[in-house]
Amino acid sequence: MVANVPDPGVLERLIGFGRDLRLRGLPVGTGRIVTFCRAAGALGLLERDDLYWAGRSSLISRPEDVEAFDEAFAAWFGTGFRIELPMPGSPPDVDTGEDEREVEGEGIDDRVIAREWHELEDDALTDGEASIRIVASAAEMLREKSFGDLTEEERLRVTHLIRKLAVQLPMQHTRRYRAAPSGARFDVRRTLRRSLRTQGEPFERAWRERGRRTRPLVLILDISGSMAPYSRALMQFAFAAMAAGRRVEVFCFGTRLTRVTRTLRTKDPDRALREIGHLVEDWEGGTRIGASLKELVDGWNQRASIRGSVAVICSDGLERGEPDLLREQMARLRRLVHRIVWVNPLKGSPHYEPLARGMAAALPSIDEFLPGHNLESLEELSRALAD
Amino acid sequence: MGRMPFSQVESLQEGLAREHYLADRGLSTAIFLAVSLDKPLLLEGEAGVGKTEVAKVLASLLDRELIRLQCYEGIDASQALYEWNYSKQLIAVRAMQDVTAEANVEDLFGPEYLVERPLLAAIRAGSKAVLLVDELDRADDEFEAFLLEVLSEFAVTIPEIGRVAAEEPPVVIVTSNRTRELHDALKRRCLYHWIDHPALDREIEIIRARAPEVPEALARDVASAVSRLRGFDIAKRPGVAETIDWANAVSFLGAEHLDEEIAAATLGTVLKDHDDQQLAVDRLGEVVDGRERP
Repeated sequence: MVANVPDPGVLERLIGFGRDLRLRGLPVGTGRIVTFCRAAGALGLLERDDLYWAGRSSLISRPEDVEAFDEAFAAWFGTGFRIELPMPGSPPDVDTGEDEREVEGEGIDDRVIAREWHELEDDALTDGEASIRIVASAAEMLREKSFGDLTEEERLRVTHLIRKLAVQLPMQHTRRYRAAPSGARFDVRRTLRRSLRTQGEPFERAWRERGRRTRPLVLILDISGSMAPYSRALMQFAFAAMAAGRRVEVFCFGTRLTRVTRTLRTKDPDRALREIGHLVEDWEGGTRIGASLKELVDGWNQRASIRGSVAVICSDGLERGEPDLLREQMARLRRLVHRIVWVNPLKGSPHYEPLARGMAAALPSIDEFLPGHNLESLEELSRALAD
Repeated sequence: MGRMPFSQVESLQEGLAREHYLADRGLSTAIFLAVSLDKPLLLEGEAGVGKTEVAKVLASLLDRELIRLQCYEGIDASQALYEWNYSKQLIAVRAMQDVTAEANVEDLFGPEYLVERPLLAAIRAGSKAVLLVDELDRADDEFEAFLLEVLSEFAVTIPEIGRVAAEEPPVVIVTSNRTRELHDALKRRCLYHWIDHPALDREIEIIRARAPEVPEALARDVASAVSRLRGFDIAKRPGVAETIDWANAVSFLGAEHLDEEIAAATLGTVLKDHDDQQLAVDRLGEVVDGRERP
């Protein structure tokens, strides 16, 4: 198929480059590296530009990865016009970060989360029934305690419980029709099939109706100062939703918006949270909700599934920017999504009224306004989402 | 590699240009490799950057039939692959009632009752076709998995007829607006290229190639104005198709240059969101000549 396979020395260098990308955390599997080598062969190689584009089209498939790719490419093949290929030698030093990143399959591994549950339950079981009751009542108490007041140990417990929350999301109709015992549409195909059994007489009629599937969930989490404990809890909620196989997008904001969906999509939630900590520059800084929402609608509407979703915004509504901007952006978001649920931990206090200018501006566009300050209220959220 | 009539990326690039498609080095390389290595090419980019056009131009350049599969939410195998012609079957069943021969029932699922949809057509046409799978991000995940199956084998088994396989796979172009992330399994099978909005000079060339009757000065005016618009804080950035439409509209109205008046009158060809239009109208002078007004 390939006219001129690169000679072994060159090949080694090409493969080394592919592996380096993997070390840098890009999802580069063996299949991609093979394609890259074939591509290099097909181009007859040698010009730097060719090799660059061969690599870009075969080794990566996300615009976000281009930067990392460029960096690695410059490190391996220099910046000159022509590349010195036949130099297997040692690869340039690569900074792989503090921990070794493994290349794992995408998506969440339910088993890991399931195992954690079992461990939690096993702990309870080993000490007999009495301790189950203790755990149960402790859990009951935890349900009502505000996330802000939890001790470290309680926080871990609550985290497990949140992840356990059965996440139910609202359904939407799909365009596709499915066979159904009775339905809105006549199913000619199956009717005809059945009529063959009765000498072409369509005695038994078949029907179809539209399928249903869950709407995507978009979480928009305020991670500024006072909101951090609550947002972390909601992030665990996002894990649970992802584990349930839902389409979930997660964004964090303080002064600006960061998409963290990809980072959350790992097997290890705690590590993911640490990574998000690095990723999000303004973790626990100030709050500009309006500007962040604008970034969301402008920048991500084309790329993430926001249209038709259920958007959950978690914030105390203490806006530092212009309330008018917030009002405007909430209205735009409202046009795009199916429902907006605003979770405001301050609402957990009986004396709270949404008087803050930001909150007042956002209120007209909100479908559901919930507290979300403790486990119990998250359960309520879970139920509200299902409606 | 016998299927690739061009021996070098440059000659492919020139060939595309002859078809009035001006591709940059990256895109040309990706197309070159896709055809040479028999790999599907996944093109992503904002709406209106010319993703679909690649397939059309490639089909005419390689002198192949273009087979287009437009994806939409809920598309399934019966719309993409094949379906039986039920009405015809029903009539045949009726007609058969006089005749008692059992063998006739088999005929009901013969080729003459089969309705060929784009994927089956592409498999049958094999290397005589360019298959365009347009806007795959609109289809559901399940359809993506199904497509992956078809793309990896280029063969389908129709229970009543048997296996249909392509001797040589067609050239496959998959496009996505990236409204959702495509599955990695599919991406792994494809070559990938992200198409950006073209640079100013390139866009002028594109207008000249696509709308030859537009004078060069006007093409420059329009392309510059669009590139300024893209820099604005707007919801829907105009694509190349909109640039060409705008240039055509202004030229059709007989203008030689873009001024504020004519720009305002024809703004609807390039901006299609009310808020965006409002913003552009407020800053029309800046759009037209690039100078900020106090």
